[in-house]
Amino acid sequence: MSEFIALSLPPMLIGTLAAMACALPGNFLLLRRQSLIGDAISHTVLPGIVVAFLLTGSLAALPMMLGAAAAALLAVVLIELIRRFGRVEPGAAMGVVFTTMFAAGVLLLEQTDTASVHLDVEHALYGNLESLIWLDGFVPGALTDPQALATLPPELTRMALTLAVIALALWIFWRPLALATFDNGFAQSLGLPVTTLSLGLVVCAAMAAVAAFDAVGSIIVIAMFICPPASARLMTNDLKHQIAWSLAFAALSATLGYVLAGYGPLWLGAEASVSAAGMIATVSGLILGGTALAGPHRKA
Amino acid sequence: MKDTALLSAPLQVQDLTVSYGGDPVLTGADLTVPEGEMTAIIGPNGAGKSTLLKSALGLVKPLSGTITAWDQPLAAQRDRIAYVPQRASVDWDFPTTVLEVALMGLYRQLGLLRRTRPHHRDKALACLDRVGMSDLADRQIGQLSGGQQQRVFLARALAQEAELYLLDEPFAGVDAATEAAIITVLHGLRDAGKTVLCVHHDLSTVPRYFDHVCLLNRHTVAQGPTATTFTDANLMRTYDGRLPTAA
Repeated sequence: MSEFIALSLPPMLIGTLAAMACALPGNFLLLRRQSLIGDAISHTVLPGIVVAFLLTGSLAALPMMLGAAAAALLAVVLIELIRRFGRVEPGAAMGVVFTTMFAAGVLLLEQTDTASVHLDVEHALYGNLESLIWLDGFVPGALTDPQALATLPPELTRMALTLAVIALALWIFWRPLALATFDNGFAQSLGLPVTTLSLGLVVCAAMAAVAAFDAVGSIIVIAMFICPPASARLMTNDLKHQIAWSLAFAALSATLGYVLAGYGPLWLGAEASVSAAGMIATVSGLILGGTALAGPHRKA
Repeated sequence: MKDTALLSAPLQVQDLTVSYGGDPVLTGADLTVPEGEMTAIIGPNGAGKSTLLKSALGLVKPLSGTITAWDQPLAAQRDRIAYVPQRASVDWDFPTTVLEVALMGLYRQLGLLRRTRPHHRDKALACLDRVGMSDLADRQIGQLSGGQQQRVFLARALAQEAELYLLDEPFAGVDAATEAAIITVLHGLRDAGKTVLCVHHDLSTVPRYFDHVCLLNRHTVAQGPTATTFTDANLMRTYDGRLPTAA
């Protein structure tokens, strides 16, 4: 039991919180047909995070957010420049910018010495979920011991806080956000600040992506923006229920994915476990496949 | 048209020029919507009819021109204006119900955090009833026919309890029963002293439905009472001499 608390519980919780934080804005991105914004954000922010690390030497939340924001801003400017002067369609301009920025981030990572922290190419893709252990969890009664609890991985607090902030923002702005998502023109005619709402949604998504990034990597981030909301949409025709389903699917993917990654290969006779991030993303994809085949509200 | 009675028109657009980046869609368009009447914006495809309506609502930012509602800036009069967008402008697969859409018309009463109370629901249901849709209140909107969707949009506008109703192609692609139901409701609004403005494309119904017309083809060709303005000569000028189906 103490082994579970020390080695498995923290990463499972962090994975679950990260998946849920991404799924919340992901629902609205899905309904706005902007799901790939999640993909774009997770690619674009990498060079920003790396540069922020190089400048400050730490993986603290604030410099990372600022670096990510700067990178996102640079991406917007680049897309507009390429679209204007390259005379290409917006989709192509975006595709070029996102992949180039991600590649630049990878190159930066390879050229710099980040060995002392969990920031390298592999972690950019897969995160370092398995290493977010809690050694004081071995202490008997650790879950109720304030001293032991203080040594929980900081990623756990950061992720929980991010999820809380996003959930609160969605709760407060639920009505205008839902209205503008369904009928932007009508929302505008009411005088609602639709551009700000849309920007706020992207900021929520970026917060989730950046907070989740160093723990779970960009693969999960992309999958979690899209898969749980898309699966949830096939389960219900009610927006609130859709959000609830998406959170459930996010949590299920994270826990089941983590367990399967750790123990699945052993059950099959292999010796090493596989990447938790990869398995979590795989499980979320399988859930989407399942709901696409058997969900009660598939489109005819 | 500089009648003093029109100085306080519910909607007045003057010298409006709009561009979506390329050539202007509208150049120097004018529109005066008289109080308590049914007005139609008519013109060929690409004439800028919807653009004029959207600009009048502040949805599209014009290059130049002035827009006033009851002699005041639009922003000050939003509570008195209801808008029915084109049915095709939204995704009807959105996970919500007929009643929820009608309740959106009460947004300005509900605001951010006020809870939806039974009397709000009753009001939304009453508006759905006026368009014959209260039986389908709990239906998912994706399951509605085009005509039913249009009626739900009209119910949402009714819930706004506005004085000026702006509708973008309310009769496009709807069945005859829906068209009759919508025109009954709109004439009812007019008879109650409200003002109605529609983007309209069916020339054959103009004299029966509308009191006032604005003939548009990138600029205002003519506007005034239907009886004196909706003439073959004006229509020929509006449609560049290629009248689709004579009125």
